[in-house]
Amino acid sequence: MPWNRDEMAARAAGELRDGYYVNLGIGIPTLVANMVPEGMTVTLQSENGLLGIGPFPYEGELDPDLINAGKQTITDLPGSSYFSSADSFGMIRGGHVHLSILGGMEVSQNGDLANWMVPGKMIKGMGGAMDLVAGVRRIVVVMDHCDKTGDSKFKSECTLPLTGKGVVDMLITDLGVFEIDRRGDSGATLLEIAPGVSLDEIRAKTQAEFALGPGVR
Amino acid sequence: MSSKIFNSAAEALAGQLSDGMVVAAGGFGLCGVPVDLIMALRDSNAKDLTVIGNNVGCDDHGMWHVLANGQIKKVILSFAGDNKILAQAFMSNEIDIEFNPQGTLAERLRAGGAGIPAFFTRTGYGTIIAEGKETRQFPNPDGTLDWFVMESGLTADISLVKAWKADTEGNLVYRKTARNFNPMIASAGRLTIAEVEEIVPVGSLDPDSVHTPGIFVDRIVASTMREKHIERPTTRPRATKETV
Repeated sequence: MPWNRDEMAARAAGELRDGYYVNLGIGIPTLVANMVPEGMTVTLQSENGLLGIGPFPYEGELDPDLINAGKQTITDLPGSSYFSSADSFGMIRGGHVHLSILGGMEVSQNGDLANWMVPGKMIKGMGGAMDLVAGVRRIVVVMDHCDKTGDSKFKSECTLPLTGKGVVDMLITDLGVFEIDRRGDSGATLLEIAPGVSLDEIRAKTQAEFALGPGVR
Repeated sequence: MSSKIFNSAAEALAGQLSDGMVVAAGGFGLCGVPVDLIMALRDSNAKDLTVIGNNVGCDDHGMWHVLANGQIKKVILSFAGDNKILAQAFMSNEIDIEFNPQGTLAERLRAGGAGIPAFFTRTGYGTIIAEGKETRQFPNPDGTLDWFVMESGLTADISLVKAWKADTEGNLVYRKTARNFNPMIASAGRLTIAEVEEIVPVGSLDPDSVHTPGIFVDRIVASTMREKHIERPTTRPRATKETV
């Protein structure tokens, strides 16, 4: 069985390290917030201007002045800090955030990411995605391996307009995990296969070229 | 003696607006939006405006009313979701929409307010955002080279911001994530008007705690907004026997 949303998020949570500052995108990446391993300290950044995101508030304790980048009400924590959007993106662009986990529409084998627009359709805007992929030290993308028509979203080259060029370090799909050498020329390497999924199935459903990591067959 | 305090948003804007002006407004979603000032902008009927902001309104809220009144010809923003008028205008090309990466927009306003006409950022290199813009290589701290895109500073004829507290000098304190774009937009306005929840006497704000120094604020009005709106109210269940 391919991984479901929670299992993909759990695999992404495996990329967290003690002491990391982390920015989570909307969708499956948000689920990672509840999967921080016991005993590990991870500080979550909200790009609208908060470091140290707390849990959602209890009913009756909502504060309209305290929201995350997805416009949901949240809480702060002891040790949290508030700042302007300029300072927030200084943290992001300046390489101070260790890890960002984002959703994607397409990823290429050299680490290009497309996740903000489809030509001919209404564009919502890129929000902070372009800054995150340009500035955060390590970028993990979590997305379904194929689109609704069954076409591979992991490609030799992206067909959609890019969010960033050569920015993705790791791709986690419902079928497996790929490491991408975005700064070098080693391309993509399949590191893990979801339980019950075969290498043949991944090969059949992947348009990108990839090598096999140790022990993958 | 001169005073920065005005009795209403309409009085603070009176005689200051003209057609074709550039107006910047603070806020992220419905959070930290100068609602009274935006409604006064709507009531002014000033036309052909260029509006700068992260969102430029959400359905039935904020700058949406100015859009709905047909006063805006161009928006410079980062996110146009949750706004049916912008969605429609985008498909029909009725309004010029300039998309900016959120951090680039924040920095363009910060730079504009700080007298910096342009800067280089890694954000957007290799994407359509970089098309037509100068690109240049600069070294990283480790000596490797990366490509950067030149972006321009932004200023506004009038900046509208929302703060929690102001003293009568215009020193501003924001509250929680309602700060967002407000500090940079305050600095980027040739005329900056702050709408605040509370106006306090000079001397009652700790100078070390001021977020926006009063030099950036020309006019102050007390907000009449009684209820702040929430776009996506989200809660967690209480544990059954938890004592709070």
